[in-house]
Amino acid sequence: MTPPPAGIGEPSAIAIAFFFVFIAITLGITYWAARRTRTAEHFYTAGRSITAGQNGFALAGDYMSAASFLGIAGLVSTSGFDGLIYSTGWLVGWPVVLFLIAEPLRNLGRYTFSDVLAVRFRQTPIRIAAAVATLATVVFYLIAQMVGAGGLIKLMFGLGYEQAIVIVGLVMIAYVLFGGMIATTWVQIVKAILLLGGATALAVLVLARFEMNPARLFATAAERYGERVLVPGGLVAKPLDAISLGLALMFGTAGLPHILMRFYTVPDARAARTSVFYATGLIGFFYLMTFILGFGAMVLVGPDAVKAADAGGNMAAPLLALLLGGTPLLGFIAAVAFATILAVVAGLTLSGAAALSHDLWVNVVRGGHADSREQLVVARVATVVLGIVAVALGIAFKGQNVAFMVSLAFAIAASSNFPALVLSIFWPRCTTAGAVASMAVGTVTTLVLIALSPTVQVDLLKQPSAWFALKNPALVTIPLSFAVGILVSLVRPEAGGLARHAALARQAHFGHADD
Amino acid sequence: MTDLVEAAAEARLEALARARTRIGLTLTAAVVVVYFGFIGAVAFARPVLGVMLAPGLSLGIALGAGVIVAAWLLTFVYVRWANRHYDPALRALREDLR
Repeated sequence: MTPPPAGIGEPSAIAIAFFFVFIAITLGITYWAARRTRTAEHFYTAGRSITAGQNGFALAGDYMSAASFLGIAGLVSTSGFDGLIYSTGWLVGWPVVLFLIAEPLRNLGRYTFSDVLAVRFRQTPIRIAAAVATLATVVFYLIAQMVGAGGLIKLMFGLGYEQAIVIVGLVMIAYVLFGGMIATTWVQIVKAILLLGGATALAVLVLARFEMNPARLFATAAERYGERVLVPGGLVAKPLDAISLGLALMFGTAGLPHILMRFYTVPDARAARTSVFYATGLIGFFYLMTFILGFGAMVLVGPDAVKAADAGGNMAAPLLALLLGGTPLLGFIAAVAFATILAVVAGLTLSGAAALSHDLWVNVVRGGHADSREQLVVARVATVVLGIVAVALGIAFKGQNVAFMVSLAFAIAASSNFPALVLSIFWPRCTTAGAVASMAVGTVTTLVLIALSPTVQVDLLKQPSAWFALKNPALVTIPLSFAVGILVSLVRPEAGGLARHAALARQAHFGHADD
Repeated sequence: MTDLVEAAAEARLEALARARTRIGLTLTAAVVVVYFGFIGAVAFARPVLGVMLAPGLSLGIALGAGVIVAAWLLTFVYVRWANRHYDPALRALREDLR
């Protein structure tokens, strides 16, 4: 069939130039941020000085991954309408974050979401359970991002896989280690602007060929590849699978540690609220753009050429850029994809480091007695450790199909972190044992059911069938986690539990005394 | 006298907390209905989604875009309520409960 066009998979001078400009700017930001990162408060929360608008962009930056930019555009370009189902699914978690979690989280916690649980439950067990769930979420998300990064950079810049992973690891560690949350936030903002700008520019260039009318683009796609590209195909053949994945996306977003941590960077609950409104608008706009990019690549590049460049379809948007803007635009889009991965792994590493240092070291090992200097040192050691682990895992999983690990991370977040947060904030009779049991059961059953699912048994291990029918376990594990939490709480009530919830309920509205 | 003011404020705080929880849960339910309604239609009403509203614009594509816009509008509804009613009520309470 069509050979991949020149420019894809070769190190282009323009792509490398754009890439170095981005690295230079972000390391400049890191240098500036490092001079402002003197306390643990700065390291974890940027001194709570980020505005609602800035945090809106940073939330969008944390959430919009290269996988959605490249993957969804590719899926739409090869299968049409079915790809759009993903575009909608990735957005619907954000209203839930706003309606149930963002403001109480900001008012109750300091650095991590387990601070919220620690307000009313016993420190040691709840911190350990929350840290384990956080690390499980972060590590699976990181593996998916690192392996995706290695493959992507290899395709776009022609770099070796291991080289690409090590570069991503080193730059990301530099951001977080020296610049903490201030640098991470600004890297997210720069990345969000680049990604939104790049996607919009591409979409406008596509629409310019169709009288700026999306319907003309869709109609041309239907003329060429049949009306089937505009209607649902076989992707949702099993409704229960679609519902289960939908639940993981919807409630997992409200349990992602690196997203939740961002609400501590703003001055108050009102700013937290406004920032989700901005983020939802930006992310929604971005996913609407994927409609145009996907169908644009289908009509202008062609599904066969997309598949020829990369069987997974990931090259649809870069090919579209090459066709519409030549090598300069391709170079820009390639650099944007790289920036996107760097920013997401930096945010993940910072939240994982916070779980290790703030939750486990400071509050469990040291019983909450660690001065600011020690907290900062431990946070930085944890950052380096987690960065090295991320690079090692990225190399260890080379060539594996790890796309499912993102939905696994969402499933753990939805079945462990989300139920514990909801029960702790909204249910007066919840107990320490109930919350810990809910998180433990949520995490463990998610891991076990994924291991027994068709995703691992059939797709990876090539078994003829799987013991558990659903690809994503959220449909079972979310209700199970809630049920276990409620049951355990009811069986053994906690002395003084109701009074502690009453205090929490008041603080959930009024915030910290020093706010 | 101050005790009475405080007791009344406590009751108002409880009512405000209940109102916020109710609105949060109602809007969450709305997102669930919108999104899973869409997924349900994709799974069970495939021919209906194939209806063309205009050349190139199938009902399915319009509804898919509609889910994204609806999710954003629901966040707008909440933010407007919180800015107009919740924040001022909370400010007044903060003074009474000091």
